[in-house]
Amino acid sequence: MSQHTTTFTPATAADADLYYYVLRQADTAMVLCQRLCEWVAKGPELEEDIALTNIGLDLIGQARSLYQYAAECSGQPITDDDLVFQRNERQWVNCLLVEQPNGNFADTIVRQYFFDAWHKAFLTQLTTSKDETLAAVAAKSVKESAYHLRHSSSWVERLGAGTELSNERAQKAVDDLWAFTYELLTPDELDERMQVRGVGADLVAIRADWERSVHQHLTRSELAVPSEVFPATGGRNGVHSQHMGYLLAEMQILARSMPGCEW
Amino acid sequence: MNPTNDYSMWEVFIRSRRGLDHKHVGSLRAPDAEMAIQNARDLYTRRSEGVSIWVVPSQQIVASTPGEKEPLFDPADDKIYRHPTFYELPAELEHM
Repeated sequence: MSQHTTTFTPATAADADLYYYVLRQADTAMVLCQRLCEWVAKGPELEEDIALTNIGLDLIGQARSLYQYAAECSGQPITDDDLVFQRNERQWVNCLLVEQPNGNFADTIVRQYFFDAWHKAFLTQLTTSKDETLAAVAAKSVKESAYHLRHSSSWVERLGAGTELSNERAQKAVDDLWAFTYELLTPDELDERMQVRGVGADLVAIRADWERSVHQHLTRSELAVPSEVFPATGGRNGVHSQHMGYLLAEMQILARSMPGCEW
Repeated sequence: MNPTNDYSMWEVFIRSRRGLDHKHVGSLRAPDAEMAIQNARDLYTRRSEGVSIWVVPSQQIVASTPGEKEPLFDPADDKIYRHPTFYELPAELEHM
């Protein structure tokens, strides 16, 4: 991961692989939480407003545990807040899917569904990780993730098999977001090294399960599975889509313009 | 599943502990029964308030009308033998 030449490059980390592996998970949860929080007071119904932000709250809880662990692994005197508020776009290593804009409700739900279907399988595998902290965080998070998946998959079905308009919007969301699922499901060198160590998840196995269950669910929801598209990847190595800078600007402005502020 | 555009009202009942009754806690809106359960979970059980959730379509509730209050409820008041006030309850009996 030599492309990370920043203050947060853990030159002193005993285990840079572990640091980045944890950071990727933390960033992914954090960015998705930020997106879900954008729905506050804008949900299609009060009940859904609360449901989406509850999911966001679960994710920020997971992110916090992971950032604290990443800070520990970094070998530097940094905190979870430093990692969230003081890194620039190229230093963020979340996957591209979660930074995609909320769009309409169908866009948000389909993004969430693709993520949840992956996340639950990923966390299930990490519960048996040889890394005790990752295993403990996963054991706590996997129950939350199961509920998130129940929520998003229920909505995919209702939108897909609902009205003509809801089907059209859900299908467009599926088509638009499909390219971003490759990054979740395709191991790179870091994933492979972590898997060999018995710390990381087996993305190849997850991919097979994900494809089977997502294909089934889309079909049941009267949505077409997109044909092969060119994969959009890069977020996990710090190369983001045009939306990421705006997201970070909004998320970080307070902490950066008023260093050390409390409320 | 029966797809619908209808976001209707549901009444929510939560049982907070085993051995207790389900208690009415409020209402919510949802497109169908399954989503009503999920919404109830988010709205009413996020702080471990419950072990069981019931949702009932509000339309299905048949209610007494305030105008019927006297014929329905007044006759009980002047017959003290209807009220179990002559027994001493053991202290261990918590939920009577």
